[in-house]
Amino acid sequence: MRKVLERIYLAIILIFMYAPILTLIVLSFNSSKSRAKWGGFTLKWYINLLSDEAVASALFNTLSIAVLATIFSTIIGTFTCIAMIGLSSKLRSIIMGITNIPMINADIVTGISLMLLFRFLHISTGFTTILLAHITFNIPFVMLSVMPRVKNINFYVYEAALDLGASRPYAFFKTILPDIVPGIVSGALMAFTMSLDDFIITYFTKGSGFETLSTLIYNEVKRGIQPEIYALSALIFVVVLVLLMIVYRAPQAKTKEK
Amino acid sequence: MKLFKSKRSAGLMASPYIAWAIIFIVVPLCMVFYYGLTSADGGFTFDNIATIMKPGYIKALKRSIVLAIISTLVCFLLSYPLGMILASMKLKKNAYIVTLFILPMWMNFLLRTLTWMTLLEGKGVINTILEFLHLPTLNIINTNGAIVLGMVYNFLPFMILPIYNALNRIDENVINAARDLGAGTVQTFLRITLPLSMPGILSGITMVFIPALTTFAISTMLGGSKILLIGNIIEQEFTQLYDWHLGSGLSIVLMIFIILNMIIENLSDNGGNN
Amino acid sequence: MKRRIVSCLLTAAMVIPMLTGCGGSDLSKYPNGKLYVYNWGEYIDEEVIDEFEEEYGIDVVYDMFETNEIMYAKLAQDNSAYDVVCPSDYMIQKLIEHDMLKELNFANIPNSANIGEQYFEQSKDFDPENKYSVPYCWGTVGILYNQTLVDDVVDSWDILWNPKYNGQILMQDSVRDAMMVALLKNGYSLNSTNPDEIAVATADLITQKPLVQAYVVDQVRDKMIGGEAALGVIYSGEAIYTARENPDLVYVVPKEGTNVWIDSWVITKESKNVENAEKWIDFMCRGDIALKNFEYITYSTPNDVAKENIEDEDIKNSKVAFPDLDSFPTESYKYLGYEADRLYNDAWMEVKSADY
Repeated sequence: MRKVLERIYLAIILIFMYAPILTLIVLSFNSSKSRAKWGGFTLKWYINLLSDEAVASALFNTLSIAVLATIFSTIIGTFTCIAMIGLSSKLRSIIMGITNIPMINADIVTGISLMLLFRFLHISTGFTTILLAHITFNIPFVMLSVMPRVKNINFYVYEAALDLGASRPYAFFKTILPDIVPGIVSGALMAFTMSLDDFIITYFTKGSGFETLSTLIYNEVKRGIQPEIYALSALIFVVVLVLLMIVYRAPQAKTKEK
Repeated sequence: MKLFKSKRSAGLMASPYIAWAIIFIVVPLCMVFYYGLTSADGGFTFDNIATIMKPGYIKALKRSIVLAIISTLVCFLLSYPLGMILASMKLKKNAYIVTLFILPMWMNFLLRTLTWMTLLEGKGVINTILEFLHLPTLNIINTNGAIVLGMVYNFLPFMILPIYNALNRIDENVINAARDLGAGTVQTFLRITLPLSMPGILSGITMVFIPALTTFAISTMLGGSKILLIGNIIEQEFTQLYDWHLGSGLSIVLMIFIILNMIIENLSDNGGNN
Repeated sequence: MKRRIVSCLLTAAMVIPMLTGCGGSDLSKYPNGKLYVYNWGEYIDEEVIDEFEEEYGIDVVYDMFETNEIMYAKLAQDNSAYDVVCPSDYMIQKLIEHDMLKELNFANIPNSANIGEQYFEQSKDFDPENKYSVPYCWGTVGILYNQTLVDDVVDSWDILWNPKYNGQILMQDSVRDAMMVALLKNGYSLNSTNPDEIAVATADLITQKPLVQAYVVDQVRDKMIGGEAALGVIYSGEAIYTARENPDLVYVVPKEGTNVWIDSWVITKESKNVENAEKWIDFMCRGDIALKNFEYITYSTPNDVAKENIEDEDIKNSKVAFPDLDSFPTESYKYLGYEADRLYNDAWMEVKSADY
């Protein structure tokens, strides 16, 4: 009985989360522009979307910023976390305090503060400023996820390796890194997600003629939603779903090999 | 701990980030404070911060706080049972069920919000269906309710994830031990599960409350610009009214609330540890 | 596991520059550099942009703004962000007063001769020596209503306060346009700086708020066409387009009068592509281009050549497209200075954040 109730609860939440998305997908095939009536099946919104240069470049901008920001923030974040072990606890808490600021602070304040900085330095806003901003707000997420792993590192194993004659780097790569890799991966994933999803900070640090998906959609919404956007939502959703399935299939295949 | 040969080499390794943090976190924040505490002619003033007390502004702030609290509460009430169910399922192999609940996070934030615009509009999907079934239509677009709905929908994964993680980490043996010692279900929950999941709850609350408090896109899209939140006002000061001083001043006010939230969180966190 | 991550990162690092590489160089296609244009939403036939790019070999970066205020904030933040912009009268005055515009060299804009003399005359209100601006479109602000949903006579701003149309009214989400409606309703000047009058207007707008479906700008058009609202405050230029899409829609200028506006092209002070910007303005003034734009956006054109060549006689003589400005009281927005701006903004803030 309890199991059944639990399943029902899960189902309700899942419906709440997915029904709206599915509605959009249905609408993306609706040949009528109106949301209120079904005008027959069509693929024209998809065709329009694919020939839409603005969407293509926004998508490209979004992805390249997310990928680059993830790479930079993961590297910087991980190195800093490891370095923290060797720092005095006072310095460590100062660094963590500062790092927490962009996470705890509101996006709008972070966005505005960066905008003020770029204006002050006379850096014209565009790709670079958005990237810098994204790296800045991503590093804390990486550190948040790597730090607990670093804290739990078992140094006895590391020291034992040294005692057994391993070089420092070798011992590091063999004993410490494997322990923190899961943290790095989830940190990078989180950074990537945050970057893809960000609207507010991008909104304040973008320049003329440069749109990411988020800012593009915001503009579209203010001008009235076109069905192409539904097609876009449907495509993004399917891509996300497929990626997820690949991610989950891959480890399973590997365990089978073993 | 002999990972580093000396403190200096550790410092060297941390220095790029320290420099980064100073340039891109500390200095920009100082600039917000500078603008917020000066007037257009450069003199020191508290006027920008005091503006929050003007009728239009204070109303927006109060509304933001109320809506953010409601949204956070709803998210929590939805997520906690969900987290418990998921944690009890012992999903070692098929963790994809968990991912299913946070998957919408990978959909663009604005697309997620736009979805509800489409659904809730006067001639939107829900009303069309209701009309078809000869049921009374729903008029919730451009109301506080629509905004809360949008917030909950958008931020729910941010609550689910930390709560699930915290619950999942609880050692089953602890719970079993409590049971063995004669604790009932309720007692076990109140004295073991809840306190142990507190860090997850708190980080979930922060991750929902702060964006809900400061959003401007959700209120613009689902509120028809009829409902002004503090985030909208700050956004307008920068993008329409070109008053950086006032915008920064209001941002400082916003930060005060964020810090308050942090203090409360730390206090209850310590309480939980005891 | 480790190897997979490394290889993922490496592929990403390799793919990105490759993509940028093939997307980046447009030099062969656009030998004459770039031009950053900042215009209202839905305010040009996009084909015209392509034609310009092709004819002059200039890469146009085209961005849109919703209100004059958004445009101003952007230029104030970074004047060189755009080269050529299309603000309204009072905002041009504000830009001139804040030294944010460049004087035009009319020798490079010969087609400006196509613009009717009376429009330059009218422009002297905000650009006293006709040094900074070339008119692009002009019009009035009025009420668009759906005949099937409204059975009262629509001839006054008062109807926007009629409780019968609860939730059926769309107001403009821009300070001056919203305040104008309330000021004119009370018989005040739309340039009023009298705090008492503004207070009355503010109170009126707050009373009206429960009836308002939403405060929107560009969405008024689509929402009215879709039948989602009965009454909407809209610019005259949309009247022809909306009537074409939905024959039930009628545009009226209320008897209390309205704002007559001109949107004109200006070049920013710190523009880095002044020559291209002048070419743009000149292109926009060309008879055939202005006509093409008119037929697409249906906003009244000040371009005499274009107007002469309108084929559809109904539209050419339409009172909607080219209203007779003597048939109702008119006034134009003026830039009212910092203090009054603050007054208006605070009032509007109060309206927008009021409970309802």
